[in-house]
Amino acid sequence: MDHLLFLIATGLARGAIFALFALSLVLIWRAARIINFAQGAMALVATYAAFAVTGMTGSYWAGLGAGILAGAAIGLGVERGLMRFTRDSHPLAGIIVAIGLVMVLQALLGIFFGQQHRPMHTPFSDSPLTVGGVPLLSPYDIFVLVVALAVMGGLALLFNRTSMGLQLRASAFSPEVSRVLGVRVSLMVTVGWMLSAAVAALAAMLLVPTELGLNPHSTDVLFVYAFTVAVVGGLDSPVGALLGGLVVGVAMTLVTGYLGATFAPIGVLVLLVVVLLVKPGGIFSMREARSA
Amino acid sequence: MNRIAPSLTGAPRTIVMGAVLTVVAIAATFGLDPYRNFQLATIVAYFCAVAGLTLLVGLTGQLSLGHAALMAVGGYAYALTASLATDMGLDGLPRFLLGMAGAIAASTLHGLLLGLAGARLHGPYLAGLTLGIAIALPAVTAQFSGVLGGDQGLRIDRDDVPAVLSRLIVVEQWQAWVAIMIAGVVVTGLAAVRRSSLGLRMRAVRDDETAARLSGVPAGRVKVVAFTLSSVAAGAGGAALCFVTQSVSPGAYTLAFSLLLVVAAVVGGLGSIGGAALGAALIVMLPWLVATLTDLVDMPAELEQRLSGNLGLLVFGALLIIVMLARPGGLAGLRRGRRTRRTSAEDPTPPSGPDAVAATSPTGATAADPAPASALREMPANDQPRTPQTVLQSPTERER
Amino acid sequence: MSQRTATGVSLDIAGLTVGYGGEPVLHGVGLTLRPGEVVAVLGANGAGKTTLLRTLAGLVRPTAGSIELGGADILTLRTEDRARRGLALVPDGQSVVAELTVDENLRLGALWRHRGAARERAIAEIYDLFEPLARRRSSAGHQLSGGERQMLAIGRALVAEPALLAVDEPSLGLAPLIVGDVMTALRDAAASRGLTVLLAEQNVTSALSIADRGVVLSLGTVVADAPADLLASDADLRHAYLGF
Ligand SMILES: Nc1ncnc2c1ncn2[C@@H]1O[C@H](COP(=O)(O)OP(=O)(O)OP(=O)(O)O)[C@@H](O)[C@H]1O
Ligand SMILES: [Mg+2]
Repeated sequence: MDHLLFLIATGLARGAIFALFALSLVLIWRAARIINFAQGAMALVATYAAFAVTGMTGSYWAGLGAGILAGAAIGLGVERGLMRFTRDSHPLAGIIVAIGLVMVLQALLGIFFGQQHRPMHTPFSDSPLTVGGVPLLSPYDIFVLVVALAVMGGLALLFNRTSMGLQLRASAFSPEVSRVLGVRVSLMVTVGWMLSAAVAALAAMLLVPTELGLNPHSTDVLFVYAFTVAVVGGLDSPVGALLGGLVVGVAMTLVTGYLGATFAPIGVLVLLVVVLLVKPGGIFSMREARSA
Repeated sequence: MNRIAPSLTGAPRTIVMGAVLTVVAIAATFGLDPYRNFQLATIVAYFCAVAGLTLLVGLTGQLSLGHAALMAVGGYAYALTASLATDMGLDGLPRFLLGMAGAIAASTLHGLLLGLAGARLHGPYLAGLTLGIAIALPAVTAQFSGVLGGDQGLRIDRDDVPAVLSRLIVVEQWQAWVAIMIAGVVVTGLAAVRRSSLGLRMRAVRDDETAARLSGVPAGRVKVVAFTLSSVAAGAGGAALCFVTQSVSPGAYTLAFSLLLVVAAVVGGLGSIGGAALGAALIVMLPWLVATLTDLVDMPAELEQRLSGNLGLLVFGALLIIVMLARPGGLAGLRRGRRTRRTSAEDPTPPSGPDAVAATSPTGATAADPAPASALREMPANDQPRTPQTVLQSPTERER
Repeated sequence: MSQRTATGVSLDIAGLTVGYGGEPVLHGVGLTLRPGEVVAVLGANGAGKTTLLRTLAGLVRPTAGSIELGGADILTLRTEDRARRGLALVPDGQSVVAELTVDENLRLGALWRHRGAARERAIAEIYDLFEPLARRRSSAGHQLSGGERQMLAIGRALVAEPALLAVDEPSLGLAPLIVGDVMTALRDAAASRGLTVLLAEQNVTSALSIADRGVVLSLGTVVADAPADLLASDADLRHAYLGF
């Protein structure tokens, strides 16, 4: 029972990271109708930047800030430099170019930093606090949860309460009508990519310290999990990303805790298949949005 | 090629061409040393899988990022049935045929299941699902390590050169022969499908699924069949590779390898079988070429270690991006472009059907099929919401 | 309604040739609108009305010709910059952003023109003009009726106080009674703001009832350009080009 509680608590913290990353996929999906298969690799490059800055300054926070900025800059570069040109090309060009980008980025990281795992440190202790004799969340888990919720709240405000958010939503839903109304749609698409890549970078930076360390493949699995989360939640639905993230996070922690770590990827696959077959619009999505 | 069999058309013609090319490839093995024959066998095994993938993507528009896992299915099934046959006291041809039958059966089953799931999904969803499969493969082999041997995988006995040939060729050349014959059968089958009415229906589904449905094409069934055929081709490639290397393990069928197969299909030209052959050769030869080149340059051991593997990956990634953005027709598209220009200079009639196997646009339409191209010309160049069928594009179009 | 001076500007289109890759759809179309003039562009299906308006807005690029708004060449401007120069297009098909509410749709239209309190005032004015919309402020676009959607699309264009309003078949898909309402609203808005209006319509009678002048497009060329009352009463012209 205690073990179960512990697993659920850590699962929530882990799930918050999946949710954040899934949210970043939702952001790009809504801005550009692309599932960015390079999101993991882009976030990883930003994480290496954070690692370097923390190494130079000795400050976790400087690294975190630099990583987020690097993420946004990478989003800018990828959208303006590559993805913009996939729109008028082959229907699968967006995915295929993203895959090419993954290969290029991982190769470059491998060439410059090697394949070894570089440990990243947490700013707070990651040993669980005990509540009434039951080990539950660690201070770092609490930090992760707070940051994830704050970012999601901030994004909700941005999208629903500001002019920028209104333009971002309008551009995503009807680009042509928006342009006719004077909205700079292509700028909005770029902003969407930058926001999304920054959020993904943040998620990766929160995750990597809890894993083996930083390596050119650190985010491969994160991407697959987040993709599953986004599909479970519905790609059009930020709320779905949040709930889906928590569900997948807890489910995976339980599977790992009771059945062993090797089983987790199979569990994700089963979940993905079941959701895609039974409710392809996503569990939390109301609309039929799968025809993209 | 018109001169070889001028009077043949349709399926018989495809079969004759397949047979001729198979014999030519077998003859070519006499010009290669054992190591080169081993490389050729690998290329040919990859060729099966890439040909299956390129038809799937090019003809039906379904992108699979898990074809390496489907190759693994064929490889494991071959290894398991072949071992079973050994236990039953069989060897030689009976064991090989039994192994192949096992591989085909297993990959048909897997392809059918995945195809059923995939038929309901569009582009990115199927890509994500197959990506998940590629990632889950090591977990599956670990979970069932009793049967699948975990990380180590399975090993099988080597098939030696048959007695009648043993004075003539060495084992590497024999293995190349077997791989070539497997590929000959599989790819000829795919080429026949491509030119059949089924191939036509696949394209109809790719171009506009709703329209295809309305005109009576059972879109779901067409996609399932396409995925299954593609899976069988990948499985046969995996079986061939297992035959050549006498082993199968999850380490040989990673996500990275799945993505390499995509590189081969895209760089060769989606939908083109000739392009698939070029692509398969590329993914085998380029890393080797890069390694040879880096060997020539003197550099610190540390750097050399980092470059090995990564440099090839870098080149592949860059190629994928460049080809997709600049020349979605791939290498096959280049060939077609040249030929179109030449023929139009000498002879006003457009190059037509029969020998267009390798001469296809990325969407699989042959040069003699002007309809999709003209449909595109009428699409506005602004950023109206894009529907899949607005993106029909042939390489000539992109030269604007 | 706040007191306003005439805001309309002139529009000069000359030699406009537009195609979608194949044969041109418009062949050297020329058209001049004086400030504050309401001009109806009439023509059968496929005559090129939508193409003309979309080219005006910069959604389609012409192969030849010129477009001047208030004497300034706008051909090189992007769609969004033309909007910011005061050119408002109401696309065909009651094009509201279905996922946004009525209020958000109007806000979107007002965004670049007004800030703060001025924005709220401009939006309130539209609610005065189209009363049915005021009752549906927080309904999503896809919950509106066709007539309400058309009002919203027009209101959303007006809220930015454009100098030229181009409306593409506002009558499409609406009941005759509602068409009358929409046309009246359009005429009132144009009159009170001194707007220049380019109205593409197949519904000849109702378009000419609010227009000063009618221009008939046939197969991409201007075949008639005459005062609205003349056009409405000239039986030969009507027979030849408008089919009744
Ligand atoms: N996106 C497009 N691609 C290719 N051709 C087009 C496109 N849009 C319009 N056309 C062609 O241009 C011609 C003019 O079309 P347009 O839509 O401008 O006519 P319209 O006068 O608005 O007709 P309607 O009254 O039916 O709306 C038609 O022949 C049409 O087929
Ligand atoms: Mg029209």
